[in-house]
Amino acid sequence: MHSWGKFVFTGMGLGLLIGITLSMAGIYRGMVDDAKVLLDNSGADLWVVQKDTLGPYAESSSLYDDIWRGIRGMPGVERAANITYLTMQVGKQDGDVRAMVTGVTPGEPGTPGWPPYLVAGRQITRSHYEAVADIASGFKLGDRIQIRRNHYTIVGLTRRMVSSNGDPMVFIPLKDAQEAQFLKDNDAIREQRRRTAENPAFNRPGVPGLLDAVIASQSTNPYVNAVLVRVEPGHAPEEIAESIRRWKRLTVYTRSQMEEILVGKLIATSARQIFMFLVILSIVSSAIVAFIIYTLTLGKIREIAVLKLIGTKNRTIVGLIMQQSIALGLIGFVVGKISATLLMAPIFPKYVLLQPLDSVMGFIAVVMICVLSSIIAIRAALRVDPAEAIGG
Amino acid sequence: MTAKGIRIQGLKKRYGSGDTAVDALKTVDMRVAPGEVVGLIGPSGSGKTTLLKCLGAVIEPTAGKMILGDDVIYDDGWKVKDLRALRRDRIGFVFQAPYLIPFLDVTDNVALLPMLAGMPNAEARMRAIELFKALDVEHRAKAMPSQLSGGEQQRVAIARGLVNHPPVILADEPTAPLDSERALAVIRILNDMAKKFETAIIVVTHDEKIIPTFKRIYHIRDGVTYEEEGEGRGFE
Ligand SMILES: Nc1ncnc2c1ncn2[C@@H]1O[C@H](COP(=O)(O)OP(=O)(O)OP(=O)(O)O)[C@@H](O)[C@H]1O
Ligand SMILES: [Mg+2]
Repeated sequence: MHSWGKFVFTGMGLGLLIGITLSMAGIYRGMVDDAKVLLDNSGADLWVVQKDTLGPYAESSSLYDDIWRGIRGMPGVERAANITYLTMQVGKQDGDVRAMVTGVTPGEPGTPGWPPYLVAGRQITRSHYEAVADIASGFKLGDRIQIRRNHYTIVGLTRRMVSSNGDPMVFIPLKDAQEAQFLKDNDAIREQRRRTAENPAFNRPGVPGLLDAVIASQSTNPYVNAVLVRVEPGHAPEEIAESIRRWKRLTVYTRSQMEEILVGKLIATSARQIFMFLVILSIVSSAIVAFIIYTLTLGKIREIAVLKLIGTKNRTIVGLIMQQSIALGLIGFVVGKISATLLMAPIFPKYVLLQPLDSVMGFIAVVMICVLSSIIAIRAALRVDPAEAIGG
Repeated sequence: MTAKGIRIQGLKKRYGSGDTAVDALKTVDMRVAPGEVVGLIGPSGSGKTTLLKCLGAVIEPTAGKMILGDDVIYDDGWKVKDLRALRRDRIGFVFQAPYLIPFLDVTDNVALLPMLAGMPNAEARMRAIELFKALDVEHRAKAMPSQLSGGEQQRVAIARGLVNHPPVILADEPTAPLDSERALAVIRILNDMAKKFETAIIVVTHDEKIIPTFKRIYHIRDGVTYEEEGEGRGFE
C-alpha cells in the first residue's frame, strides 16, 4: 500500500516533467510554425532588403522607398510593395501591448504585405490612421490605439498573424508607419530645430526659405525595411531574384532562403535553449526513475530472495523490475500528455504546437529512459542471495 | 514409508575454515514420511536455519547424504545439476512472512511458479485456483496482496509453496507473526495438505502454541539432531 502510493506519486511527478518537456517541444514547433505563417501571410515570393543584411526580420534593413518602382518594372515581377516592420509598444487606454507594427502600401487586397484574410471588419482603405490588428493583441473593432503620437482606429481583425517572437501584428498605412519609425518626441524635435536654426550654414540671412526646407526634409522618412515581390506565374523566383541582385545591387531572398534565416538563425538560439532544457529534463527524469525504482527494489530484497529461492530465473526478475519501470514511465507519459494538452498549452503565452510525432518520440524516449534507469536496481536485485530468504 | 519423503543421513556443515571454522551441523539424521508433518526445534544458534538452507539447496553441505522423494540430491557433493530447477519443482517453501510480489495479483503470485516450469498460463492459474479452494481464499483470487488480511496472505503463500506439488515442504517459522488461533489454523492446513498431496513437511519453529500438535519432533542442539515423540494433539 505504502509503496503503491509512492509509485503513483512518483509517476505523477514524472508526468509533470514530461508535460513540461512536451510543451517545450511544442513551443519550438509553434515558433517554427509562426515563422512559416508570417512568411505565408506576407504574400511574397521574394524579399528585397538592404545589401548584405539578413533583413527585415533577423536584422535591420533600410531601403529607399522608391526602389520598388524599378523592381516592379522588371520582367517577371507581378507586384512589388514597400513594407516596414517595427516592434514597439502600442498604447490603449488600459495599458500598452507589445506588437509588431507593420506598414503596408495602400492599394487593393492582395498587395504583398497585406493580411490575406480577416476574421472581422475590413481592410485599411484610408491612407492614414486606420489599423488592422491581430486578435491576440486583445484589441477590438472600433478601438482607438496610439502609436507614437498618432491615434488609429481598429477597422479589421486577423488571426495568427504574429512576429517570429510571437508578438501580435498591427497593420497601419505605410506613410504613418514611416513617420512612426522616424518620429521623435516633441522635445527631440524642438531640440533638432534649434540646432538646425543655430547652424549658420542653414540659416543664411540672404537665402530666405532655406531653413524651412531643411527642417521639412529632416522630418520626412524616405526609408522602408524591405520590398516584397510577387513573381508572375510561370517565372522561377530564383531567376528573378538573380536579376534583381545583378541590376539593383540589393540582397534578395527567396521564400526558402527566408525560412532558413528565420528558422535557422533567428529561432536557433531559442531552439538551443529549448534543447538544453530537454536534455536537463531528461536527466532529471532518469534520476527520479532510477532513484524510485532502486528504493522500491531495495525495499523488496526479501521478496526477490524468495523469488530466487523458489526457482525464478534472473531473466524473470529483470523482467519484473523493468515492467515496474515501464509502468512508471507509462503513468508519467499519460499524465504528461494530458497536462501538456489540457493544462500547459492553453495557458502558455506563446503558441504551443503539439505534434503527434513529437509525442511518439517523447514516448519512445520515456520508455528508453525508464529501461536504462532500472539498470542500477536490476544490478542490486541480481546480487541478492537466495539463501537470504531463509532464516532471520 | 519407502523411498519417498525426506531422508537425511550424517549431514555436516562447516562454515569457514582453519581457526575460525564453525561446525554448524555435526550429525544430522532425519526422516520424514510423505503426508507427515514434523517439528524441528532447538535453541538459538543450534543450526536450524543452516539445515533448512542445506535442504533448500541454497548452501552446500560439507558431507553426508540428502534424499528428496526418490532422488539422492546430495551425497558428499551435489547429485543434481540444476539446483534452481530442483528448488522450483521439488521443494515448496513457506516463510515467516508471506513475501508476495506486491504488483502481481494473488492468482499470478501463485501461478508464477508453474508458469516458470513451463506450464501453460491458463493451466497454471487453474491450479492456483484449485489450491485457493482448498485453502479457503478462492474469493480473493483477483485481489492484490495488499488487499488481503495477514492470515489470507499467509494462506496464499502456502498455496505458492504447494503449487508445483513438491514432495517436500520446508516451513521456516510459518506461524511466528500469528496469534494462537491463526497459528493453529496454519498448522492444520499444513497437515491437511500433507495428507492431500502426500507431502513431507518440516516446520522449523520456536512457537510454544504449535509444538504440541506434532506427532514427531526433531530437537537440534549444537548441530546434532535428536528424535522425540510429540504430543500429537488434534485441532479442535
Ligand atoms: N554464514 C555463516 N558463516 C559462519 N557461521 C555461520 C554462518 N551462518 C550461521 N553460522 C553459525 O552457525 C551456527 C548455526 O547457525 P544457525 O543460523 O543455523 O542457527 P539457528 O538455529 O537458525 O539459530 P536461530 O534460532 O537464532 O535462528 C551459529 O553458531 C552461527 O553463528
Ligand atoms: Mg535461524
